[in-house]
Amino acid sequence: MSALSIVAAVLQVVVVLVGAPFVVGGMRQVRARLEGRAGGGVGQPWRDLRKQLRKQQVTPRGTTLVFAVAPAIAAGTTLLIAAILPIFALGSPLDSVADLFGVVGLLFLGTVALTLAGLDTGTAFGGMGSSREITIAALVEPTILLAVFALSIPGQSANLSAIVSATLDNPGQVFSLGSVLAFVALVIVIIAETGRLPVDNPSTHLELTMIHEAMVLEYAGPKLALVEWASGMRLTVLLALLANLFLPWGIAGADPSLLAVLIGVVAIAVKVSVLAGLLAAGEVFIAKLRYFRVPELLSGSFLLALLAVTASYFLATPTR
Amino acid sequence: MTWIGKIRRVGRIVEPAPAAPEPTVAPPTGVRGSLQLRHVDAGSCNGCELELAGAFSPVYDAEQYGARLIASPRHADGLIVTGVVTHNMHEPLLNTLAAVPEPRVVIAVGDCACNRGVFATAYGVVGSVADVIDVDVQVPGCPPTPDQIVTALRSVTGK
Amino acid sequence: MTTTVLPAAAAELGEGPRTARLAREAIASGLATTLLGALGLVLGVVAIFGPTRHLRIDWLLPLAGVRFDVDPLGGLFIAVTGAVAVAVGIYTVGYAQREHWARFPMVVLPLFVAGMLLVPAAGSVPTFLLAWELMAAASLVLVLSEHNRGAVRFAGVFYAVMTQLGFVMILLALVLLSAAAGGDAFTTIAAHADDMSAGTRTAVFVLTVLGFGSKAGLLPLHAWLPKAHPEAPSPVSALMSAAMVNMGIYGIIRIDLQILGPGPQWWGLTLMILGAVSAVFGVLQATVATDLKRLLAYSTTENMGLVTLALGTASLLSASGAPDVAAIAMTAALLHVLAHAAFKTLAFLAAGSVLAATGLRDLDKLGGLARRMPVTTVMFGIGALGASGLPMGAGFVSEWILFQSLIHSPPDGNTLLALAMPLSVGAVALTTGLGIASMVKAFGVGFLARPRSVAAEDARESPMSMLTGMGLAAAACAVFAFWPALVAPALRGVLDALPEVGGDTAGVQLATFLRLPGIDGSLSPALLAVALAAGVLLAFAASRWGARHRPAPVEVPLWACGAETLSPRMQYTATSFAEPLQRVFDNVLRPDTDVEVTHFAESQYLVEKVTFTTRLADPVEQRLYTPVVGAVIALAQTVRRAHNGSVHLYLLYGAIGLLVVLLVAQ
Repeated sequence: MSALSIVAAVLQVVVVLVGAPFVVGGMRQVRARLEGRAGGGVGQPWRDLRKQLRKQQVTPRGTTLVFAVAPAIAAGTTLLIAAILPIFALGSPLDSVADLFGVVGLLFLGTVALTLAGLDTGTAFGGMGSSREITIAALVEPTILLAVFALSIPGQSANLSAIVSATLDNPGQVFSLGSVLAFVALVIVIIAETGRLPVDNPSTHLELTMIHEAMVLEYAGPKLALVEWASGMRLTVLLALLANLFLPWGIAGADPSLLAVLIGVVAIAVKVSVLAGLLAAGEVFIAKLRYFRVPELLSGSFLLALLAVTASYFLATPTR
Repeated sequence: MTWIGKIRRVGRIVEPAPAAPEPTVAPPTGVRGSLQLRHVDAGSCNGCELELAGAFSPVYDAEQYGARLIASPRHADGLIVTGVVTHNMHEPLLNTLAAVPEPRVVIAVGDCACNRGVFATAYGVVGSVADVIDVDVQVPGCPPTPDQIVTALRSVTGK
Repeated sequence: MTTTVLPAAAAELGEGPRTARLAREAIASGLATTLLGALGLVLGVVAIFGPTRHLRIDWLLPLAGVRFDVDPLGGLFIAVTGAVAVAVGIYTVGYAQREHWARFPMVVLPLFVAGMLLVPAAGSVPTFLLAWELMAAASLVLVLSEHNRGAVRFAGVFYAVMTQLGFVMILLALVLLSAAAGGDAFTTIAAHADDMSAGTRTAVFVLTVLGFGSKAGLLPLHAWLPKAHPEAPSPVSALMSAAMVNMGIYGIIRIDLQILGPGPQWWGLTLMILGAVSAVFGVLQATVATDLKRLLAYSTTENMGLVTLALGTASLLSASGAPDVAAIAMTAALLHVLAHAAFKTLAFLAAGSVLAATGLRDLDKLGGLARRMPVTTVMFGIGALGASGLPMGAGFVSEWILFQSLIHSPPDGNTLLALAMPLSVGAVALTTGLGIASMVKAFGVGFLARPRSVAAEDARESPMSMLTGMGLAAAACAVFAFWPALVAPALRGVLDALPEVGGDTAGVQLATFLRLPGIDGSLSPALLAVALAAGVLLAFAASRWGARHRPAPVEVPLWACGAETLSPRMQYTATSFAEPLQRVFDNVLRPDTDVEVTHFAESQYLVEKVTFTTRLADPVEQRLYTPVVGAVIALAQTVRRAHNGSVHLYLLYGAIGLLVVLLVAQ
């Protein structure tokens, strides 16, 4: 762990903080263009955030501390994940603090915090959103864990740096059966977990069809800003994770030079932009699934992940 | 592949943006180009709603100026009110305004909202929007065109 | 000590002496339990680190005598039971007064603890059976302490039958073992275990898994657990769910893994399947349960399932020649037993606190307790976080180790392992996912939001002694969540004494960083907590940006979509919260749903009312138990014909019976 690894980790957090709203803005822009609109521009989410941060703090009557701190927990877990993941460089100083299981746990800690906040308001929509969100989370978590399992078999480790360097050392395994199945499963769960189409429509106005939005209907001003910031960061971080798990090239090594870190920044920016663009473009062509059809999609991804695990178990080539 | 073909054929259908209008009120928080509005139908004939939908459609695309309609007044910077205020919608209108965090704006859209319009002498009417709450921007017309609505929105977003 | 009845009012009613007596008795009972627990804790810890201690009392039991051998494995379970009893004892001081306990349960409570402490200490078959029966009988009496309620009596009968059936199986298994070994001491049996025939070993394995599995609440013999645990008074529920079920696990480890181990591969596989099925079934039932204590009881089935899965993994791996990884799985199992004891004690005590304050267990009627009972709410939150297996919770580290042991078993062309491991990961993953949902429901619906009934609205915080008891359990939860290194030496001591499964624990490091042998992975719960705190602070700092431009903060009514008020009835309830998951798992849960449409007399097109009822029963119980009970009753009816009241006939039966025994004994 060199000084530059620490710099890279700090840089990861800062870039995710600053860049996440641009990722969201970029996705909206892609969508707007494909629909023939002009769109608000890539910087629109940042303008919205700055505005929300200058608005009044509003406490709905009867809510408790849970409601007040949930946005900070959701954002805090995501920032911590950003510091742990190999986004720009391998060997983050926090890499050995939590492996991929820990990261998944942190992700769900954030989800649970917001779910409890939705219940805490005691409104019909809050409870409805929470119920839906936790149902999806409960079905998503097994899939993520299984996919993690499939990915950690080749490297005999669930630590992210180890998984990524195993892929770098042995590029062929990206196209192995287990890896491809795990990729598909992960894409589905990332879509579900970040509330994108066809699981949830992030731009809906109808409370009755909402999932994530219904939970946070009571948030206003700075807390809302934090919630939206957190959901943007979560999307960014998950896309970066997906990119580096399957296409790690360009990432700086464990003991990087400044140039390598810069290359890493550019590489991940390109990768995340492409993934986000593809995701947004895909959303133009699909409508939201009926809520009770979503579990079918998720159980499909669970099955894929299970197949991925079994495949990598049977076909594993011991690397050591 | 018909969808992709259609996207290619249609291209950009948004109309070119005219010059920005004179600002009527400063952007609520001082941040230009971001205005989220909760729409309240206080007793409209739904004519204004159609035009409002037009203003946010791909052709006029009010979103390019930073305006957006959202679901919860808690997320909003103000209200966009259509129609004359009826007795039944009087309380809900006040409640909705109270749910919007400060600073906030109120935009009244359509003749009914501005001056009761054709419902001036009707029973069941409390008054125009300005009779009930403070209005910052008024958009006259029965119904106003999407252009007029977009211009009014731009005069608030400052973009 | 605070009491529920105000002194002045009590004196007026002439209840002063009675209240004082109640207080004295509650303090005596609670203190006795706590002291016994503390004694157990100390003895257990000493036994883990010291040499095995022996104690023989020949006069106590005719023919066999009583014999205690406390080794590290027994010591661990004694220590866990003791620790749970310490917290429960302190809690009972307040609880017994608040709930006006009769004298009987107060006397039996310490006896129950004593029985549980003796089970792992027993060194011979008769001693073990004696202690086991003491534990079973005492717990049965305690379950029945509110016997004026019908549900309690039903649960009591159910529990009595099941626990005695389990006892019979254990008795048979142990008798078979002693007969085959030619001695009743566990050491003698262990020495002769290798000479036993395969048939004996198999019979003993099946019988012990059934008998001990039923005590641990494993499927399909779990049905007593979600009945008896919720109906018992809450301190007793905590003891049963956090300590007594562990005795089933202890029995499986002692007999099947240590004395008879390492068994063939199918033993491990059987345990894994039983564990996986119990975990998934338990958590599914917990997800849809609306009774707070029933939910926690099903969560016990879930967690014991996870422990059994880990035990099975350890057994399978050591049978497949991977003792290092088996040691990891064993570590996971033991750590999860400890962590589960901590968070389940806390959760049941907090549920008891709610029950004492509101008289309610039904989540659909609770809510809004966070403002009225803040300490209890925080306590339940800590327990629920532990049960959900999320980071910062007590259950996270042990589940993490379990995952690692499942991942890192060597894929050396062993098809059985290559199939069993991924499927187990799938089961554990599904369990953790649904576990989160069930705990979010229990905490979010029960404690947050707004009260759904008058009773919940009038709730008052529990007295100091109850809060102290919960506080101790919460401290234990914090240890397992952030600093599991504290119990690492104890786990190593136990595992070193268990060479049959794993044995080589040198590589299992549970320090600031958890590192496991043969694995590149690591985790540091303490540093993770610090880093998370930093992340949350950073998020707070980010949200302060632009604060000087903000108008003054306000408190406003809830957004009611323009309406005046939202009534608490408009909230989501526990039933509605779990409805989507119930639909998803419709085929497993088999809800009993009725829609009844009543029409007006004038026209069948006008609907007067629609009644919708849904009932969720335990499908295993319905499908498996009902026919068995029916068959038993039919058999009993047949046998009844022999009971015609004639003394002569009865004497004849006796004579024939004696002759048969004599013939067989020949």
